[in-house]
Amino acid sequence: MDHLVLSMPGLLRGLGVTIMLGVVSFVLGFVLGGLITLARISRSPVLKATAIAYVSLLRGTPLLIQIMLVYFGLPQLGVRIAPIPSAILAFTLYSAAYLSENLRGGVLAIDQGQWEAADSMGMSHGRSLRRIIYPQALRVATPAIGGRFIALMKDTSLASVITVVELTRVAESTGSSSFRYVEAFVLAGAVYWLINAVLSIGQAILERRMGRAYT
Amino acid sequence: MIDTVAIDVRGLHKRFGRHEVLKSVDLTVRSGEVVAVMGPSGAGKTTLMRCLNLLEEPDAGTITVHGRTVDCTSPRRTRHRSRVIRDIRTRTAMVFQNYNLFPHLTVLENVIEAPISVRRLPRSYAVEIGDRLLGRLGLTDKRDEYPSRLSGGQLQRVAIARALAMDPEVILFDEPVSALDLELGAEILHIMKNLTARGITMVIVTHEIAFAREVADRVVFMDAGYILEEQHPSVFFSNPATPRARSFLRLVSEGDGSPPELERTN
Repeated sequence: MDHLVLSMPGLLRGLGVTIMLGVVSFVLGFVLGGLITLARISRSPVLKATAIAYVSLLRGTPLLIQIMLVYFGLPQLGVRIAPIPSAILAFTLYSAAYLSENLRGGVLAIDQGQWEAADSMGMSHGRSLRRIIYPQALRVATPAIGGRFIALMKDTSLASVITVVELTRVAESTGSSSFRYVEAFVLAGAVYWLINAVLSIGQAILERRMGRAYT
Repeated sequence: MIDTVAIDVRGLHKRFGRHEVLKSVDLTVRSGEVVAVMGPSGAGKTTLMRCLNLLEEPDAGTITVHGRTVDCTSPRRTRHRSRVIRDIRTRTAMVFQNYNLFPHLTVLENVIEAPISVRRLPRSYAVEIGDRLLGRLGLTDKRDEYPSRLSGGQLQRVAIARALAMDPEVILFDEPVSALDLELGAEILHIMKNLTARGITMVIVTHEIAFAREVADRVVFMDAGYILEEQHPSVFFSNPATPRARSFLRLVSEGDGSPPELERTN
C-alpha cells in the first residue's frame, strides 16, 4: 500500500488527464456530432451520403486502430501530433459518430406534427430545428448521450497505448515498479467507477430538469 | 374585385402513391368568408386544407392566397418559390385536430414563438399580444404552464391563441373539435363563432352540422377528391343538390350527429 500512497501525486495527475480527455473529447464530439446529424437529415444527397459513410466507418472500426492511425499513421503522411492532442482527435471523431446517431434518433422521435406546426406558421427550417425540434430531440436523446459520455470516459484508457499518462498508464507504471498490480488496477478501476457514478448522478438530474415540462 | 379574394385554388391535384386524393379541385374563398368543408371520410378535405398551407405539395394546379401564387405544376425548389410559400404560411394560420402545441414551451412561449421569429416582433410586444389573447381565451392563469398540464379544450384554445398571434388573414381549422368531448367542443366552437365577427377568413373542416349551419357563409361538400357542391348552409342542409350529399347528410344527422366514419387525418 505504501507504494500506492507514494504514487498519489501521479494518480491525481493521471486522473486529471483522464477527465480532461473525456470532457474535451465529449464536448468537441457533441458539436461535431450535431453537425453530422444536420448533414444526415438534410435534403442534400451528398451531405447525407457523407454523413452515413462517416458514421459507418467510425463505428465499424476499432477505436484502438483509429487512435494508432492518428498517432502512428499521420506522421507517415507528414502530420505529427503530440500524444494528448492525438488522443483527443481520435476520441472526438469516434464519439461524434455515435453522438450523431443518438441525436438523429432523438430528431426522428419527434412527432411530424411539430414540424408541421412550425412550418404552418412560416418558421424557417433552421429556426424550426433550433427552437422546436432540437430541444425536444435532445431530451429524448439524453439517456443515450449520457451513456456515450460514460463509455467515452472508460475508452480514454486506450490513450495509454500512445504514451499518454492518464489513469490507466499511471496504474500500469505503479504496478510494474511495485509489483502491486492488483492494488494499482483495482484502485484505477475504482476511480473510473467514481467518475462515472458522478456522471450518472449528473445525468439523472439533467433528465429530471428536462422532463419538467412533461410531468 | 381581385383584392377581395382571399384564397383561389385552380385545378388542384394531389396523389399519394397511386391513390389520387384530390382530382382537380377549384375553390375560391372571399376575404372574411367562413367556409365549412364537409364530406365523408376519404373525401380529401384534410388534404385540401393541408395543401392550402403547402404542408402537402400538390402535384398540379395553382394556389393563390392574398395575391401570392404558387404554381404546383412545376414544383422546382427555387428561392423565390420558398419565399412565396413562407409568405403564404405567415398569412394563414392552421389549427390542427390534435393541436400540435410545442410540449417543451410554456403556453405563453407557444403563443409568442412565431410572432418573434417570423413576424420579428420585439419580445415585449409579442408578450403583450400573447397576454391579451390568452386573456381573451380565458387562459391567463395557464400562461406559464406547460401543455402537459392542460386539458384538451385548453390545449385547443392555446392553439387558437397561437394562430391568432400571427395576425393571420386566413385561419384553416382541420376538424378542431374532433378530439374533444361535446362540452369542450362546444366551447371551442363558441370561440370560433366569435372569431367570425372579426372578419378573419376561415376555412373549417368539420362534421358539426349545427355549427356549420349557424356560422358558415358557405358549405363546400367534397367526395372522392372532388368538390360536388357549394351552397349556402340554409340550402345545403335542407335541399342538397347531389344525391351523394343527400345520403351523407342522412347518415350524419342520424343518431348523435357524429360522423359516419372518422376522417383519415393524414
